[in-house]
Amino acid sequence: MQITSPGFKENARTALDDAPLQRALGNVRKGFIEKRAKASAALPEFDLLRDNARDIKDHVLAHLDLYLEAYAEKVEAAGGHVHWAETAEDARRIILEICRQKNARTVTKGKSMITEEIGLNDFLEEHAVAPVETDLGEYIIQLRGEHPSHIIAPAVHVNKDQVEADFRRVHTHLDPARNLEEPTTLLSEARAVLREKYFEADIGITGANFLIAETGTSVIVTNEGNGDLTQNLPKTHVVVASIEKIVPTLDDVSQILRVLARSATGQDMSVYTTFSTGPKRDIDPDGPEDYHVVLLDNGRSSMLGSEFQDMLRCIRCGACMNHCPVYHAVGGHAYGWVYPGPMGAVLTPSLMGVDKSGHLPNASTFCGRCESVCPMRIPLPKMMRHWREREFSRNLTPATARYGLGAWAFFAKRPALYQAATRLAMAVLGRLGRSKGRFSAMPLAGGWTKYRDLPAPEGETFQAQWAKRRTAA
Amino acid sequence: MTSSAPQDPPLADNQGGGAPSRPKVGLFVTCLVDLFRPSVGFAAVKLMEDAGCTVEVPAAQTCCGQPAFNSGDRDDTRAIAASVIRAFEGYDYVVAPSGSCAGMLKKHYVELFEDDPAMKQRAEAFSARVFELVSFLTDVLGVSSVDARFEGTATYHDSCSGLRELGIQSQPRKLLATVDGLKLSEMRDSDVCCGFGGTFCVKYPDISNKIVGEKTRTIAETGADVLLAGDLGCLMNMAGKLKREGTAIEVRHVAEVLAGMTDKPAIGGGRR
Repeated sequence: MQITSPGFKENARTALDDAPLQRALGNVRKGFIEKRAKASAALPEFDLLRDNARDIKDHVLAHLDLYLEAYAEKVEAAGGHVHWAETAEDARRIILEICRQKNARTVTKGKSMITEEIGLNDFLEEHAVAPVETDLGEYIIQLRGEHPSHIIAPAVHVNKDQVEADFRRVHTHLDPARNLEEPTTLLSEARAVLREKYFEADIGITGANFLIAETGTSVIVTNEGNGDLTQNLPKTHVVVASIEKIVPTLDDVSQILRVLARSATGQDMSVYTTFSTGPKRDIDPDGPEDYHVVLLDNGRSSMLGSEFQDMLRCIRCGACMNHCPVYHAVGGHAYGWVYPGPMGAVLTPSLMGVDKSGHLPNASTFCGRCESVCPMRIPLPKMMRHWREREFSRNLTPATARYGLGAWAFFAKRPALYQAATRLAMAVLGRLGRSKGRFSAMPLAGGWTKYRDLPAPEGETFQAQWAKRRTAA
Repeated sequence: MTSSAPQDPPLADNQGGGAPSRPKVGLFVTCLVDLFRPSVGFAAVKLMEDAGCTVEVPAAQTCCGQPAFNSGDRDDTRAIAASVIRAFEGYDYVVAPSGSCAGMLKKHYVELFEDDPAMKQRAEAFSARVFELVSFLTDVLGVSSVDARFEGTATYHDSCSGLRELGIQSQPRKLLATVDGLKLSEMRDSDVCCGFGGTFCVKYPDISNKIVGEKTRTIAETGADVLLAGDLGCLMNMAGKLKREGTAIEVRHVAEVLAGMTDKPAIGGGRR
């Protein structure tokens, strides 16, 4: 996927002017937040579970090599195959190779952000393999030729009437006069169209929410059941997952699952939680004959031991973006790559370089709401600040900001000089703004006065007045 | 002003264990109050003096260092932090009329000195003595009511740092409930950011404008005459937007109302 994060400001401007998008974003602001608040309040041990979840992942990350080896052994012992992919390109090549071995022409896909990260769909299409997204949201954006704008609600930027138009455009074999007024009719239509695709598919590709080291099991959570059909009906199941998805035991998974859906959609549990261990055994009534896991690094191992390691605890619930005022304002596409919102603002620079995605960790008010709802207690604002530090030390901070900051810091470090200078400046500004009490324009403050007035200072600084009061006393 | 224990405040964080009968407070004015709205500083002094504190204002202070800290400039931040810590040694408490600056002093200074054990220790001792004004009054001094009058309906915005770094939410509401004549009308999403974010609002003005526009809408919905909050940055942002929109809602720092010092024009308001 082409990264457009360097154009974040322009992307944001476009998004702010996009009326249908703004309408759709209203749903994020309301629904997700209320549901999470309700679900977390209903579980007295919710915050303790968050602590546990954090500790489980911290432990894994401290011993990731050992757990990865243990996991891979268990997968092989169950008759599955493990492929190690250092880069996105490696992962694409491995998957294409499996497709070729199986003479695959169509693959169905469960929802997977990792396959977005490696740009799998475009790559398969270029090599004459047709990927079919089976998650409703993913299916919609595939029809629209778009990418997800949210990690758990990929089509959250699309309104119902737009989906209706897309279905009429693509499902030309259906009666043009059919009624698609109700959302349920859209759902039924997608379900009927997709049902055929499951049977045609040669390979089913899914992501994984967790990989269990103890058993060699991959776990997916879905609400539509599409993941189960994707991985059970075709003869081959390919799991694509990044290395930090490992958890040690079944017990660990069940603890983290208790915070995942509550944080994401406000459900106690997702409708389907599916555990897959190896291919179909003789005693199994159904399942794939062949089971592959592609383990992707793509820069993650270099985050280990760095100030960004905590980011690898992320379980992709989306709570951070659901609660982010910047995400609410501009939506997910403005961020310009796979992962939007606060988690994207930390992860994208780690995976794609801060030189390309420097806007992302800067475009935050540091309101801290993301961290306050993160089930894994990831200190997102702190890590965004670490990216700003890296930019500053590498001279990537824009020159005007750097110059302004330098001038300010010069005075801020010299109280006597600072107070003399500000006393004079505030006296002038105070007099100029005295009658109106504010300025509607101000040199060098265009960023402020473009949209709001600048309240005028009262005139005499506090320090100047205090000095007088002390002399008088 | 009444206090549940004016002479014997619960000084859990005070060094030495013994509670000074008349706590000596160093006021961290904050740069925005110093430059733009000194009346907030005097309101803070009055509130603390009324509660039995001796208040001093060290001259060797400018800013808490957040502009540098949040721009990734660790060296300048560290220099500023060191000079603030130095200036405020010798006070029982360090109090700021801002959750954001108090949060910086209390929560972030320590992490600046990870590689300097001696300085880190001083930063830790310093941080333990730092409080935001309103929570200092209620949680440390045990103030439970104020002697102030304000005719009108107010709505209160929870500034992010105070709320999420310092847990300030009930304290200002508790004291506002004791202001004669004041009625509090809560806005929707009072805990959602106003879009200020320090340098964010000038680096990303389009996004900031969208966020503050949502905020002013929820403020207007309350029908309040006055908007209150505990952070001047947020207040100037919201006041600037409300003025640009042409609404008559006044904007004031919560300390002005609690201290009964509302004779000066409101933030962004002209001479009457």
